Parts: sequence; C-alpha cells; structure tokens
Amino acid sequence: MADNEIVCRCSDLTRQDIRNLINNGYTTFDEIKRISRAGMGACQGKTCIPLIIREISQITGKPINEISPGTYRPPVKAIPMEEIVQGAQGGQND
Amino acid sequence: MIKTADVVIIGGGISGLTTAYYLAKKGVKNVVVIEKNSLGSGNTGRCGAGIRQQWGTEMNCRMAKLSCEIFESCNEELQYDGDIEFKQGGYLLLAYTQKEYAQFKKNVVLQNSLGIASHLVPVDEVKDIVPHISTKNLIGASFYKKDGHLNPFHTVAAFASAATRLGVKIYKFTQVTDIITSSGVIKGVKTNNGDIIHTNVVVNAAGAYTGPVAKMAGIEMPVYSERHQMLVTEAVEPMLGPMIMSFSANFYCQQVPHGAFVMGRTCANQPRDLRTTSSWSFLDNMTKTITQVMPILNKARVLRQWAGSYNITPDRQPILGAADQVKGFYIAAGFSGHGFMFGPATGMLLSQCILSEKCELPIDMLNLRRFEKGELIFEPSVV
Repeated sequence: MADNEIVCRCSDLTRQDIRNLINNGYTTFDEIKRISRAGMGACQGKTCIPLIIREISQITGKPINEISPGTYRPPVKAIPMEEIVQGAQGGQND
Repeated sequence: MIKTADVVIIGGGISGLTTAYYLAKKGVKNVVVIEKNSLGSGNTGRCGAGIRQQWGTEMNCRMAKLSCEIFESCNEELQYDGDIEFKQGGYLLLAYTQKEYAQFKKNVVLQNSLGIASHLVPVDEVKDIVPHISTKNLIGASFYKKDGHLNPFHTVAAFASAATRLGVKIYKFTQVTDIITSSGVIKGVKTNNGDIIHTNVVVNAAGAYTGPVAKMAGIEMPVYSERHQMLVTEAVEPMLGPMIMSFSANFYCQQVPHGAFVMGRTCANQPRDLRTTSSWSFLDNMTKTITQVMPILNKARVLRQWAGSYNITPDRQPILGAADQVKGFYIAAGFSGHGFMFGPATGMLLSQCILSEKCELPIDMLNLRRFEKGELIFEPSVV
C-alpha cells in the first residue's frame, strides 16, 4: 500500500498520517482517534479500525488480537433525531 | 520507571497535566504524572469542554476568568503545533422561569463588577444571537461573548507536550495501587508494575477515582462519581455560534469547529459508580429536549453517544489544596462537572499551594476541611 493511501475516509487520513501518530507515541486506537478524528466520522470506524489496528501491529509488534478497537457505542447507524423522537416509545431505562 | 520524584501526580487529565506543567514551569525538576489509561481518557476526554465565566459567586467567576485567560493564550504559551480549538462564540444561558431570570440579573451585576462584561438578553433579542432557537417558554437569557468551548483532546496534548518539554515524566497505562505514608507523612507510591516511587508530595488529580485514591492515603472525602452522558451528531453547516445552556431545562449544546453538534443533559437516577456505558433513556430524553429548543436539529443525524462522570461533592464545588491529615498530600477533586473549565486555574493555584507561594486566588474556602466545619459554599448557577 502506498503511504498516501486513505485509511480513514471519513476524516481524510492517510496511512502516513497514521504511521506518524504511532511513531509519535499514539500507540492505541483510542489515542489515535481522539487526536486525529480517525473513527469519528459517519462510519464510526467500520472502515478504518481494522486498517489502523494493522498499522499499530506492524509498527509496535503487538499482535492484532491484543490491540483494542476501542468501545463500540450506540447507535449502530446514524439516525436523524426526529426519527428517535417520533419512534421512541417504551424501551428499557438503563 | 524512576525511583524518586519531587512530586507524583496521580491522574493524566486536565487537572493533573496543568498542575504538572505549572510545577515544572516554576522549576520543580522531578515531576511525574501517572495515568492508568491514556491521557485524558477519563472525564476530561468525555466532557463538553465548555468554559463560562458566567457564575454566581465571586470565587467561581474569578477561577473561570483566570482559566479562560490562560486558554486564550494556550496555543502560543504551550508552543503547541496543533490547535486547542477554543471557539469563543460566547455562552447563552437560557432562563425558563422568572426566578431563574432574576438570578441571572443578580449574576450579571456580580460578573460585571469583576470585569466580566456579560449582559442580560431580553427574550425578543435572543434570536439575534441564536437564530435557530425556539423561544417557546423562554423568559430571557444572559450572554458573555468570551465564554465558549474547546477541544479537550488537543488541550490535553498541548499541556502534556509542554510539560514533557519542561522535564515532566509521564507514565501512561500505569496504575498507582497504593500510597505509602509513615507517621502522617507521604513517603511514596506503588504502581501496578510493582515499582515504588519515593516522594514526599502526591497530588490526587484522579478524576472519577479521587475517592478511592484518597482512601489509599487513609483520607475520606465526601465525593461520589455519577455517570453523565453526551451525544454527537454528524457535521453540518455552521449555524450555532455560542454554546447554549439551561439549568432549569437541563441541557447544554454546542456546535464544534468541525461542524458536529455535541450535547448533554443530566438524566435522573444515574448510577453512582464508575461505569461509562450508554443508556437508551438518555438518547430518548436528549433528542426530545434539544429538538424542542432547536427544531432544526430534527434533521441532524446522531452518530454516537458516550458517558463520563461528574465527581460530586456536597456543595458541588471542588476540593482544592493540601490535606490536613497527611503531610504532602494535595487534592484536586470534586469538580462536579466543571473540572475542565477550571483546569488551568487548578494547575496554577495548586502549584502555588504546593510551593508555599501566595495563591493567585484564595483557595482556603475550597479545602477538604470545609465539610466537617460545615462551611459549604453556595453557588446558585451550577449544573
């Protein structure tokens, strides 16, 4: 893969951008996300999380299965507020 | 891992990092910050990161004003190669009852006397400031143009990199498991790696965990951590300059420079433990609340919700300063939802306290001893 290949489409980040962050000490997905917005876009990391984890593994040597993808949070897919407001009935409280 | 330190700071959030920075800036050589996860991974990175000087007590107005002035010059002073994204679009505080509006009137007089040029906004002028707002049930508002909000991740990175440049050693993914004392004096800390750092000064800046950390030193603090939630939308075109907030209607909301709206409210019956899981009822209540205040947001898509916590004291004011019970133990805790906005002031004042310098602002009334003395502070404008 070329260094200028886009790894995070939503936040427009290249492989090199991610590698620079890892080399600057941001060695977890959570840290990379917060400082660069990787994984904060519409897809919420569905595209970029596996790609970024692979980069972290290659640079740090940590096996992929030991690298956390961060926390998965609701909603699974982006929902317009009015649909939540109109559709929300009952449901379990916490 | 170093074996001795002049100061060990427990917690790598805004309070710990600002304290580290100011200590190092004042020439303290061996300052260590120990963070159990990544920097700002706790409450600092989960908060709304709003900053307002529109408080109802002189103390809070001055703390916030000091912090705001520091935030204004942060990028340059800290030589940060990024941007802490301080959007100073103002804070519009919305009053939905006459009593609330009357309180705002009092607050504005106090604020103006302290050099905070806030002003009341009659209800028919509110839309000049926020065109998309619904004025239904609104009595009036108050506004201060220098209030605003920041990016907490970049703020953390800015203070951390500046502190590191000044010689502070930061250990991430390292947890303090015990505080060693002897005859009422701090002797050191133990970490989960089995290391011991010898020190005579420990700062408890552990955010949600300040209670358990104080217990390690044998100190009881009347704090509890309560879950609070937020959500973020997709990025939309710029349409909201100020942060908007209401105590009575229970919400706060801003549009960040990137274009997304972030918002939060205090849900009833939230767990008072350390969980940061998300709840359906928050999503339900938050969307109902905000779409009534800004109907245009009906079309905005919610991308994600998350949670952090408020570290809460009986009077919802922080615990700041030295602990009487253990010599060398300093506390920055209980910020009850306004820890980020007071961060720079906390760091500066605590560093002055630790070095026995005159504190820029008096902090005696914020000491832990106030609770047993019954000297709680009443602040009318707290979330």
